[in-house]
Amino acid sequence: MSDIFTYNTLLVLLGTSLLGAVSGLIGSLATLRRQALAGDVFAHAALPGLCLAFMVIGERSLLALLIGAFLSGMVGLILVSCITRFSRIKQDAALGMVLSSFFGLGIVLIRVIQNQSTVGSKAGLDSYILGKTAGIIASDVYLIASVALVCLVIILLLFKEMQMVTFDADFARSAGWPVQGLDLILITMLGLVVTIGLPAVGVVMMAALLILPGVTARFWTERLATMLYLSVFLGVLTGTIGTILSALYANLPAGPIIVLVGAGFFLLSAVIAPRRGLIARWRQANVIDTSLLDWEATTSP
Amino acid sequence: MNPPILDVHDMTVAYHHKPVLWNIDVTLQEPSLVGIMGPNGAGKSTFIKAILGLVPRASGEVKLFGQPLNQVRRRIGYVPQRESVDWDFPINVFDLVLMGTYGEVGWFRRPRTRDRDWAMACMNDLGISDLASRQIGQLSGGQQQRAFLARALAQKADLYFMDEPMAGVDAATEQAVFKLLERLRGEGKMVIVVHHDIRSAPLYFDQLLLLNTRLVAVGPTAEVFQSEYLQRTYGGRLLTLEKAGAAIRDKVPTT
Repeated sequence: MSDIFTYNTLLVLLGTSLLGAVSGLIGSLATLRRQALAGDVFAHAALPGLCLAFMVIGERSLLALLIGAFLSGMVGLILVSCITRFSRIKQDAALGMVLSSFFGLGIVLIRVIQNQSTVGSKAGLDSYILGKTAGIIASDVYLIASVALVCLVIILLLFKEMQMVTFDADFARSAGWPVQGLDLILITMLGLVVTIGLPAVGVVMMAALLILPGVTARFWTERLATMLYLSVFLGVLTGTIGTILSALYANLPAGPIIVLVGAGFFLLSAVIAPRRGLIARWRQANVIDTSLLDWEATTSP
Repeated sequence: MNPPILDVHDMTVAYHHKPVLWNIDVTLQEPSLVGIMGPNGAGKSTFIKAILGLVPRASGEVKLFGQPLNQVRRRIGYVPQRESVDWDFPINVFDLVLMGTYGEVGWFRRPRTRDRDWAMACMNDLGISDLASRQIGQLSGGQQQRAFLARALAQKADLYFMDEPMAGVDAATEQAVFKLLERLRGEGKMVIVVHHDIRSAPLYFDQLLLLNTRLVAVGPTAEVFQSEYLQRTYGGRLLTLEKAGAAIRDKVPTT
C-alpha cells in the first residue's frame, strides 16, 4: 500500500483527475447541446491522424501525434456535418459511418506501422486504443492542465452565451447571437479534451468520461451552473478513484476502470438521487403536485 | 412616410426541392396585431423562421423597418413554439426569462441588477413571478408559455414574432396572452402571431395573413375573414368551422 503514492503515481493521479474535471465540464455542455456522441466520433476519428503523424515524423513525439489526432478528429466531424447537410442521411447514421470507418482506417494504419520492423514495434500506438494511464508523465500533466485552464476560462467568459445556445438555439439566433460560432468553440474544446485524453484513457473509453459526469450531476441539481460544478467534481472523483483502484490491482487497465467508476456513480445517483432518482420517483408516483392547481385557481380571471 | 415595419418580397422557401412557401409578397406598414393563419403544413412557422433567418430562403428579400435583418436584430422579439425546446433542461424560470435581457447585457458580462429587476417585472406582468425559482419542466403548459412570453417581453422589442403562443394553453393563459398583445399594441408595437384557432382569430387580430404555401390574402380582419378567402386557404376542410367563424364575425365590432 505505502509504495503506491510515488512521484509517478501522483503525476498519474493529477493527470487523470484534471482530465476528469475538464471532460466533465465540456462533456456536460456537449451532452445538453445533443452532441454527446460527437466526442465519441472525434476520439475514433482521431486514430488515423495519430498514425499518419507518426508515419510522417517517424518517431513518437507526443505533441506531433496529438496534433495529427486533433486534425483528423476535426476532419471526421466536418465529414459528419457534410453528410447530414448534403444528403438525406440522418445524423446518427452519419456519426456511425464516420466513427467506424475512421477507426477501421486507424487500426489498419497501426498494423502497417507495426509491420515496419525497424521502428514499428516500439511505436506502441495500440496503447491509444484503450489508453495507458500509467504512462502519464509530467509533460502530459502540463498539457492536460493547460487545456483544462483554457476551457475553464472560456466557459467562465461565455457561460450565459453557452447556456442560451444549448437551451434554445433558435431564440439565440433570432436575437443575432452567432450560434454556429459558439457551437464551433464548444466542439473545438470537445476535440481538445478528447485529444489530450487519448494517451491516458484511449479512443474507446473517452466518450464515457465526457458523458457520465454530466448526466450523473443532472440527477442532483436543476441548475446549469451547479450541474457544471458537480460534473467537474464528479470527473475529479472518477479519475482519482479509478486510478487508485487500477494501481492497487496491478493488472487492471486504468481507462476501463475509470469509466466503470463513473458508471458506478451514475447508477448510484440514478437510484438514490432526491426527486429524480428511481426511489424518489417511485415514492412520488402517486403524489400529484397540487401547487399547480392552487396556481391556476389564484390566477384565473 | 416611414418605411414599412415588415417588407417581404418574393420570398420562397423549399425543403428538399419541395416548396414550403412560394413567392410571398407582404408589406405591413403600421404597427398592429397580425394573425397568420392557414392549415397544417401551410408554412406558417416557416414564414416566421424565414424572416428571422432561422431557415434558409431559396429566394426573396426581407426588410424590417426598412433595413436588412442584421441591422435591426435588437428591435426584434421572438417566441418560438413551446415544443421546440427541452423542458427538462437544467434552468429555472427566472434564468429563462433573463435570457431576454442578454441582447442588452452584451458579450461576456453577467446580467446586472437592473437587468434582473427588469426580468422580474416581465414575469410579474405575465403573473409568473411566484414561479421564479422552479425548474421549467415543473410548470404547466400555460405557465411555460407565459415564461416564453415574459422572455420576449424582456427583449424590449418593437416587432414581435410569436409562434402559436395560444396552442394548448389553459383559458386563463389565453386571456393573459391576449392582454399582453393588446398592451403591446397600445405601446405602438407590431406583433405577428401564428394562430391555429380560426374561431378566435377575428377576436384577437387587427389584420390577418392567410397562408397556404402561397399567400392567399392579407389585410384588415374584416376584409380578409371572408368565406371566399378562407375556403381558398383551407380548402374543403372548413365547412363547419366557417359557419362558426361567420357567427362570431357578426358579433365582432370591426375597427
